[in-house]
Amino acid sequence: MIPRHQTVLFVILLLASVTMGAVLWNQLRRAHEHLLRHQDSAPTQAPQIAPAEPATLMVANDADDSFRPRSLTLPLPQTSEARARALLGKLLDLYAAPDATHPVPGGAASIAQVFLMPIAADNGKNRASSPQMAVVNLTGTFAAGHPAGIETETLTILSICATLTANLPQITQVRFLVDGQPRATLAGHADLMHIYLAAEAAPGKGVLP
Amino acid sequence: MQPQCSLPIAVSALLACFAPLPAFAQNPPESGTARFAVVLDAAHGGSDSGAKLGNQAEKDLTLALSIRLRSLLGARGIAVVTTRESDTELDAEHRVEIADRAGAAACVELHAAPATANNPSSVHLFTSSLAPARDVRITPWQTAQSAWIARSNALAAVINSALTQAGITVTLGRAALPVLDSTACPAVAVELAPQSDSAQSAPGSSDKGFEAQVVEALAAALVEWRSDATQPEERRP
Repeated sequence: MIPRHQTVLFVILLLASVTMGAVLWNQLRRAHEHLLRHQDSAPTQAPQIAPAEPATLMVANDADDSFRPRSLTLPLPQTSEARARALLGKLLDLYAAPDATHPVPGGAASIAQVFLMPIAADNGKNRASSPQMAVVNLTGTFAAGHPAGIETETLTILSICATLTANLPQITQVRFLVDGQPRATLAGHADLMHIYLAAEAAPGKGVLP
Repeated sequence: MQPQCSLPIAVSALLACFAPLPAFAQNPPESGTARFAVVLDAAHGGSDSGAKLGNQAEKDLTLALSIRLRSLLGARGIAVVTTRESDTELDAEHRVEIADRAGAAACVELHAAPATANNPSSVHLFTSSLAPARDVRITPWQTAQSAWIARSNALAAVINSALTQAGITVTLGRAALPVLDSTACPAVAVELAPQSDSAQSAPGSSDKGFEAQVVEALAAALVEWRSDATQPEERRP
């Protein structure tokens, strides 16, 4: 025979356990809802529809070790850095296409950022036309997947430089980073510590002298 | 008995002392050629395999080319300094140090890459993309080649001529390469692009005949270069 006070205590503890379980379940559900509210994956700002503009891409060709201008009409952002990134993204998209003349995997996502820095101090005057250095930050995936070889790596580097200088004439120097860090070579050959000058990437003065 | 035993020993010792003298007299060092040396830099090595040429790594092909070219040049009386003789890893600075210490009349950096689709086997010849510098007393390490651009272009022209005469397709170019830009001597990078022929060899295997042809042409070019570069004043930029 179970004493009465033990039965009462058992019922009280059982009720307390059920209540605590219900409270915890409710708090867990509320925390999950709170988390989902702050992880809104919708774009915070609607993308602007930029007008299509003519652009020139210097496309490398493995067949004759050269790069040639290809005129396209592209929607380009207004800021120079975003414009440079969009141009290089389109260039690398061409290289990632199945019928590419210079096949390189990766595509537009290979360009992490493009920064433009003034080369000479001009006291803030005429900043748009003063000489600038472009710092192109490539992704490590792009560098790891790039075909190795002096010719193919040099063609990629010089076509990037030539595309930048063809569309943004104020860019006179180009430097490269990989995942935000300096790197010795692109895929074992082409020097990425080198500051590439616009003159080096001019057609007829690059890979083929 | 003691004097009889010591006499032959004394005569042998005397002959041994004079033995090297006739050798020097018969083979005097030729003026000019003693200073002519070629540095062969087999690119990559160790954990740095370089490009993949089917089943073969670039580091193995460049080492094989370097050893073969060293033998051919040695047979022609040219002193050769190689940056590596086995599968060892060397950084760019170490390679440049070897080349600079050798005081070489020519530095040949050997590379290899697979030929692009639909292209025949070919050779890509690269010189430094640095702007030429004149009357430079002190050159920065990373741009030491700028003082040698003219001589490097001349060396590339000689090699191009030899390869073309051998019937090999050649493309000339300029590139920014860490070793090439830092080398203080006439320097070129030679990149072989062998086309694998599935009908004649295993997939991805390189064309041994093409490689032998290129090495022979390079040896002929460096012999030709020796005739141009033996003048001491021409070895300086």
